[in-house]
This record gives sequence, C-alpha cells and structure tokens, in this order.
Amino acid sequence: MSAMPLNTETLNTDSRLTRRFAALREEQRAALVTYVMAGDPDLEQSRQLLERLPKAGADIIELGMPFSDPMADGVAIQRAGQRALANGQTLVRTLDMVRDFREGDADTPIVLMGYLNPIQRFGEERFLQAAAEAGVDGLILVDLPLEHGAALTARARDLGLARIPLVAPTTPLERLPALLAQGDGFVYRIAFNGVTGSQRLDIAASLGDSLCDLKRQTPLPIAVGFGVRDGDTAAAIAAIADAVVVGSALVERLTDQGIEAALALVGELAEAMQRAP
Amino acid sequence: MSSIMTDLPDENGFFGASPNDGDDNQPQQGYGGRYVAETLMPLIGEIEAAYDAARVDTAFQARLEELQRDYVGRATPLYFAERLTEHFGGAKIYLKREDLNHTGAHKINNALGQALLAQRMGRQRLIAETGAGMHGVAVATVAARLGLPCVIYMGATDIERQQPNVQRMHLLGAEIVPVHSGTATLKDAMNEALRDWVANVDDTFYIIGTVAGPAPYPRMVRDFQSVIGVETREQLLATQGRLPDTLVACVGGGSNAMGLFHAFLDDDVAMIGVEAAGEGLESGRHAASLNGGSPGILHGNRTYLLQDDHGQILDAHSISAGLDYPGIGPEHAYLHDSGRASYVAVTDNEALAAVGLCCRLEGILPALESAHALHEAGRLAAEQSVDRVIVVCLSGRGDKDMDTITRHLMPEEAET
Repeated sequence: MSAMPLNTETLNTDSRLTRRFAALREEQRAALVTYVMAGDPDLEQSRQLLERLPKAGADIIELGMPFSDPMADGVAIQRAGQRALANGQTLVRTLDMVRDFREGDADTPIVLMGYLNPIQRFGEERFLQAAAEAGVDGLILVDLPLEHGAALTARARDLGLARIPLVAPTTPLERLPALLAQGDGFVYRIAFNGVTGSQRLDIAASLGDSLCDLKRQTPLPIAVGFGVRDGDTAAAIAAIADAVVVGSALVERLTDQGIEAALALVGELAEAMQRAP
Repeated sequence: MSSIMTDLPDENGFFGASPNDGDDNQPQQGYGGRYVAETLMPLIGEIEAAYDAARVDTAFQARLEELQRDYVGRATPLYFAERLTEHFGGAKIYLKREDLNHTGAHKINNALGQALLAQRMGRQRLIAETGAGMHGVAVATVAARLGLPCVIYMGATDIERQQPNVQRMHLLGAEIVPVHSGTATLKDAMNEALRDWVANVDDTFYIIGTVAGPAPYPRMVRDFQSVIGVETREQLLATQGRLPDTLVACVGGGSNAMGLFHAFLDDDVAMIGVEAAGEGLESGRHAASLNGGSPGILHGNRTYLLQDDHGQILDAHSISAGLDYPGIGPEHAYLHDSGRASYVAVTDNEALAAVGLCCRLEGILPALESAHALHEAGRLAAEQSVDRVIVVCLSGRGDKDMDTITRHLMPEEAET
C-alpha cells in the first residue's frame, strides 16, 4: 500500500473553502454543511433549493451526484438518488447546476459527493476539469480509498479541487497520517459505523476524544456528519467540531414537506448552532 | 508451482496492472482492487491478514478438508457422460459433478471456507447476499453446523420466484431480509449486505458468494473453489493419464468457473466461460458482462459491468437467477482481456434445451446455470475429434428450477 507524501506546495491556501472557514473562525462559530441530492425531486426544484440554501443558513453545500447503487447510503439518500435518476439527472446536469449557482453566489463553497463509476464513465480528467471550471470546490468520493486515490488527488489539487478525506470510527490511528496527507479543504469525520441517516447520533464522550486525536494530526477543519437530525445534536457537535453536516434529515424533510420546510430546517439548525457554547 | 498468472492478484488486489501505474495520460487499469468506504477498509485488511494466516495453518486446512470430505461429500465424481458424448459424436464429455455436493451446488465449498475463517477470527454473526438462493442455503447450512446466527439478504423479486430455497433457509434457522431498494434483485441484496456490514463491523463477517467484491474476496473465494479444478486434474490423470483439452463452465459472478480453471492456468488447456445471453445479446435483455458490458466499478471492485452511458448500473436478465448479475469477477475480466480464457454467451432457450437433453440422455437434472455450460460443451464436442476431452463443470442440480423448467419445457403440465 502506498500513500502520497504530503506536498504542502500544492495545498490550496486560498480557496473558497479556506476563506469560508477563516471567516467562521473570526465569527467563532462552526459551519453548517448541508447535503442535498442533485436533481431531487426534479431538476427545477433542486436548482431552487440550491440557490436558496446559503440565505437559509448553509455555510457550505454538499451536492450529491446520484448513483444507481449507493452502497454507503441509507434509505433517504438512496431514494433521493433514484428519484433524481428517474427524472433524468446526469453528471453534466449536476455540473450545470453548480455553474448556474455560481452566477449568483461567488462565495459559498460547493463540494460534490458521490461514487466513482459515473465519474470514470464520464472520464476522470474530463470530470475534474469540468468540475473546476463550473465552480466546484471539493470532492468527497465514497468508494475511492486512500490506496487507489493518489493520482486523482494530485490532479484534483492541480486544478484547485480539494479532496476531502473521510475518516471513520474504525480508522486506526496509524492510518491517519497517509489519509490526511491526501486531503485538503476539511476532514469529514463519520460519526458512527453505519450508512447515512441510519440512526440518531448519540454524542458520546468517545467522539470528543477521537476528535481531539484527529485535531492533533491535522491543521484542517473537522466536520462531523451522519446522524445529525435536530438542533440539539447540531449544537452539541458545533461545540466540539469545526463543521456539522446534515444530510438525510434534510433530504427527508424535502421529500415529506417540500422546499420551504427543508429551508426552515436549515434555519433551525443554523440558529441552534449559534447558541452553541 | 507458481507463475505470473497463478500469483495474481497483486498486493492491492489487482489482476493486471494497477490503476495509474503507467503513463498518467494513459492510465492502465487493472481489475479488482478495494473500492469500498473508509469504514470497511481496516476490516478487509484484517480479513486479508487472517486469511493469509489460515492458508498456511495446517490445523485450519485439516479442519476444512475433514468437513469437505465428511460433511460436503467431496471429492465429487468426474463422470464420463457416455450418452451425451455419443449424441454429439465428437470429443469426450466429462461432467465434474458439483451437483452432488451437500446442498446441491458448488456454493458450499466457499461458504464452508469463509465460515471457518469467520469462526477463527472470532466473528459471531454471518451475513450473505443471495440471488437464486443457492449461496444463501449454503451459508445457512454451514451457519447451522457451526452454531453461528446468520442473516441472508435477498431481493424481494427473487424471494417471490425462489420460494423453495427461502423455506429451506428458514428451516435452517436463517433470518431472511427482503431487499426492496433499487431493482430488488441480487445486486441490491449485495448493496444491502454491505450496508449491514458497515453498521456491524465489530462482530460480523460478510460471506460473499462469488469471486467478486473488494480484495481479498475474489482471491479467497477462488481459492476455496479451486478444489474443483484440483480434483478434476487428479481424477483425469488417474483414469486417463492426461489433462483435458478444454474446460467449460458457466459464469455469473464466476466462482465455479474460477474454481475449475485455476488449477489449469499454467497448462495447455483451453478455458471457456459461458455467460447468460438471456433473450439474446442483441435484445439487451441478458447478463453477459464480458460480451455485452464495459469496465467500471461496482461492489468494491473494478470489472466488466452492464451499465448505461452515464455509468449507472443496468439490470441483468437471465432465466437462471444464479447468472442474473450485472458484473463478473475481476479475474475473469483479466483472463478475458489477456486472452487466456474465452467467453461466449448462451441464450435462455439454448440452456433450457440442454436441461432436457441431459435429463433424457444421462438421467441428470442440471441447474439452469450449469445447462448454459452444457450447451456450449455439446456444440464444441460436435466440432472436435473423438480423441479430445472436454470437462464441463456441472455446478449445481436443477431441482430448484423445476417450476421454470416445467413452464417452458412442459407447458401442458404446468397448466394442470
């Protein structure tokens, strides 16, 4: 197993992500990262939602790229992906959504999250260039492990795209240096062993300890996600991490109650996090 | 014995060149690898280490051999199919009788090996995916034998059409979880088993049923199935003093084929994998990943897949539920590209005809999966001279397929 050595010269020190985290540090608050599936429930509503997320309280947007076989996702995000695909969502349309968003918002970072096969089919190099050109800031690739990701990471960095590393509760300490060396933007700490949205997060002391271990190993901001469903949980995580990711709960709210209710949830979470100590 | 081919995969689980090893502008990509979520990466590393230790542990191997002999019923016969040979009038056809294994198919060779490994690792819970139910039955069987609880993921669509195997698994004490996500078939059952595994990494062992999934599964499953080829080689040498000219096996994920092929990779023996052409390759309704698909990444490995222009996975179709999978084991992808093995496709109707022929001429009811290989072997035998030898892997028995077979071959009986 080989890992790429840390090359600090190519790290992006001036990007939308670093600027956003620096500004939040000034304000002494954690970032609210909102996940929505591109094209869910359809392209038009998805565009509207994306455009309105920052004003509702989202600091960073994760945009899901739908895949037919999302093996790390729970029911809510699986179904969102199926709806999007049934309505004709493609990688090209997802990148177009980002391009349109950028016309009205030059500051809110957008991170694409998804699986490797649609990207490989599109062409890795072609995808990375198109993503950078459209105004994407980072990538979270669920099924591209450290061991197979060196070339893609290097190329993404060249183009100014952050490769955001996923760190799991199962990740051994000795694996962290290589994992973190490939990452930039921020670190995504998966809160528990499971798929997205599968349980309500129970903030155990062990999570705080583990975040301390992580902070000692990286200067990157740390986001915690999976299982954040309400303001109390978001506030509790905001107290110990640099960013809080909400995904399944938001996708469910959109499905059950529509755009206005989804945006209201974003507002509630943002407000709860402001109250965090 | 070792060679370039039998030493594969490499340390990263690739058969052939690793991704991005060569010129960055023209990345050569191998097949296999470990394309899984970070949560599972440490775990599959543990499995690999435990498996490599078990391989060279004589006590583990002795226990495996003892159960293979006394519980599974190995060695299975290599049977000279005299009347099929006469019928086709050419090469001699031998059948490797994996249908005579306990539970009626080759699947138990692998289920037993992995369950013993799980026990050795101290894992207290087994999970598996199943399509037709033969792998599910094999896992439920060894779980009962070893006293371990097991959960079988099965597509809701497959549960409808494979009721006898569902009842068998229940009787053996397995919990069956119907999978409604996606297309509710084998690929979705595999997704759901992976999701269970991510949530239960501490106590659970995932017994993958074919030579696919993240490394080390393709190699491990191949090794547990390679007893098929090892026995075939010994048996033919003992009775005929020679090696076969041609091996023929059906390929869904490809575990019985890899099991038969592996012991012969370094020999001058032709290998033919038979994919399911379903209603015909041109119909689009088939399960032929090599003959009708393209390389991509699914279920932890890079291999040939049925996929659309956007990289979304397509539904497979075959009359045999065991071949109804949109991917194929990565070692087959490698053998295909390197030309070491060749892969053909046989339709639903051709397989059905082979079932009838084998029943009438040999008194053997083959599984619909295995019948794909029988059809191709018959076609080849007719073209070849009488001094040639073809070995077909009769991977399973056809009792499970009686409903489908009756409906197609004896519609008048199905109506009554």
